[in-house]
Amino acid sequence: MNLEDIKKPENIVYRKTPLLTDAIMHYCPGCSHGTVHKIIAEVIDEMGIQDKTIAISPVGCSVFAYNYIDVDWQEAAHGRAPALATATKRLNPDKYVFTYQGDGDLASIGTAEIIHACSRGENIVVIFINNGIYGMTGGQMAPTTLLGMKTATTPYGRDAKLNGFPMVIAPMIAQLDGTAFITRQAVHTAAAARKAKAAIRKAFEYSMKDIGLSFVEIVATCNSGWKMSPVEANKWMVENMFAKYPLGDIKDVLK
Amino acid sequence: MAFKGAIEVDTQRCKGCSVCVENCPTKSIGLSRSVNNKGYHYAEMIADTCIGCSNCAVVCPDSVITVYRVKIQ
Repeated sequence: MNLEDIKKPENIVYRKTPLLTDAIMHYCPGCSHGTVHKIIAEVIDEMGIQDKTIAISPVGCSVFAYNYIDVDWQEAAHGRAPALATATKRLNPDKYVFTYQGDGDLASIGTAEIIHACSRGENIVVIFINNGIYGMTGGQMAPTTLLGMKTATTPYGRDAKLNGFPMVIAPMIAQLDGTAFITRQAVHTAAAARKAKAAIRKAFEYSMKDIGLSFVEIVATCNSGWKMSPVEANKWMVENMFAKYPLGDIKDVLK
Repeated sequence: MAFKGAIEVDTQRCKGCSVCVENCPTKSIGLSRSVNNKGYHYAEMIADTCIGCSNCAVVCPDSVITVYRVKIQ
């Protein structure tokens, strides 16, 4: 059987989901954002909730997320996506509302908003992309940057005495009673991406059960900011990021 | 039961990050010698050993890969 016989429409087992637009993503080659956008689009497509989803885009590399996933979007001020999502969900309780935020957005300027949204137990989904760096502005230190990690503003590595310790958001908000589901995932391999997709689907389902906020952290790479190739960045993430940010479910109130 | 697969790459959208190459269990995918309009070495099938597992397409950040699969007796 030659390849042309296999390449027929009835044999397709995987194709780009129609919820992703045809716009070419502006992300660097190998950026985790593209994979995460794709699995979110697939979840929305599989659940059949395209017309019931409202997404809030952040400030950061993923500020243009509204160009890529074909649902209704709002653009929040830097870090304020959970506040905007709170209003959106309270006014439209029958809609699925999610925010998509990076670590500069959520863990730095938006710390107050995320903690209070969690504390209030808003029925929203928060997708948190943690790559330990400010990617968009040129690779400066973020609150989640690992100790010893070199960035544009910590050229000799992050020093705890000078720059403080990395901020680990997920266990911190797990202590708040308003959160329902907190998990940490990655998308560097196909198996990890499939698990992350299942976690995002669960988070979307929980957001309709009136039990609190669902939080999916994705440990991601920023190969341009880390000054590595995409493949090297994935290896570096497994060796270094996972030690500080181990994968797995942190909290699930329905278990 | 065995499977035989094939992939089709949207070469003009591919950015040649080679994350798919690392994730292929049968080493059927590699980067091309030629480049696309943006100057990237795009992904392509380099061996006839594809089993259609879709791993490459699942990890592709730019969603450029379509996977086909047939059962063979």
